Amino acid sequence: MVPRRRRAGVALALLLCAPLARAAAPGAVAIDNFSFGPASLTVAVGTRVTWTNHDDDPHTVVSAAATPVFKSAALDTDETYAFVFTEKGIYKYFCSIHPRMQGTVIVE
Amino acid sequence: MDQGNAGSAPGTARRQVLKCMVWAGTGVLWTVSGGVPRSLRLGGEAFAATGGDFNFVQISDSHLGFNKDPNPDSSATLQQALAEIGRLPQRPAMVLHTGDVTHLSKPEQFDTAAQILKTANLDTHFVPGEHDVLVDDGKPFFERFGTAGSTGGWYSFDQGGVHFVGLVNVLNLRPGGLGYLGTPQIEWLEADLKGRSASTPIVVFSHMPMWSVYPEWGWGTDDAAQALSYLKRFGSVTVLNGHIHQVLQKVEGNVAFHTARSTSFPQATPGDPVGPGPWKVPADRLKSMLGIREITLVPGKDSLALVEQPLGA
Repeated sequence: MVPRRRRAGVALALLLCAPLARAAAPGAVAIDNFSFGPASLTVAVGTRVTWTNHDDDPHTVVSAAATPVFKSAALDTDETYAFVFTEKGIYKYFCSIHPRMQGTVIVE
Repeated sequence: MDQGNAGSAPGTARRQVLKCMVWAGTGVLWTVSGGVPRSLRLGGEAFAATGGDFNFVQISDSHLGFNKDPNPDSSATLQQALAEIGRLPQRPAMVLHTGDVTHLSKPEQFDTAAQILKTANLDTHFVPGEHDVLVDDGKPFFERFGTAGSTGGWYSFDQGGVHFVGLVNVLNLRPGGLGYLGTPQIEWLEADLKGRSASTPIVVFSHMPMWSVYPEWGWGTDDAAQALSYLKRFGSVTVLNGHIHQVLQKVEGNVAFHTARSTSFPQATPGDPVGPGPWKVPADRLKSMLGIREITLVPGKDSLALVEQPLGA
């Protein structure tokens, strides 16, 4: 059995690695401190992109197109939103609550 | 730069003074020459209504439902804010709530807010914050806290010799933008103010700041300038905003802009590395960074008198 202190250490190490793991995952966008990361994400057609809000403030993920292609509800802390991109294109989006927050998904 | 320098330094460009005010951001208020409230700190020279003058209170950013660091109970701090109102030497004529009544626009958050606010037994006028309009373009908010007969959510009324204008700048926000009023509302404002005497004191209240406090964090309103152009001819204009959870002040001609403290959690000063989210201050500092504001119409004065009342030392 792993001593409690060491398990805590492992958990802490995992936590510390989490941002790296998030950034590396394909089709994943992290919302941290009022910004989308990565701000520009390139994926293949058919990729399911998932946004996860790590802030204490709610955010949304809303297509910036004149006719929005996708639109999430307000995401509270740790809530996620996913959209499957089935067509090639450049998809700009923003947070409709904090519209200075903007991002792009490039589907190739 | 200290307060004295800001108020009196000869030769200091006005623009620089205003810039300094924007960046002060510590809850210390500034004394500025040119027709603005003189001293705004409680215990200082602040003018508080004590008998017969028209006074009212601004509260803001209750964020009912927010229960994370630094405030596990936003209901309790709202209740405390109402208790502070109850302790004012002169009972206010009414209350303005400048938005973000709730954190997530949830029905139970609106209900709790309404129940708590009702206990003050004071006429209360609301404008929504962006947190109040997360569902159905704010329909749940306007159903509970909207003004009858208002289309679009904006409205005006007269009380105590003051013309009050409530504006909505948290809907239809555009990518890359700030707060937004929109053409219909600005046209309504122009018509609403037309024909009013320039000597009528005007109080405009909206959630997001009507001046560019810090656009990088979205702290401003894209089309505020056009709205404000209709206010320039008035001798006394006071603009009360919330959204940034701290007291900041700016003056332009006869227009004085004031942002208010929250009753729930503070936010950091513009540009601070901690960012614009809830500022996780130590528990023993929280109450000193929350508060209410009492506003009094002082006979013979062009500007209204403001007193900031924190919820704790």
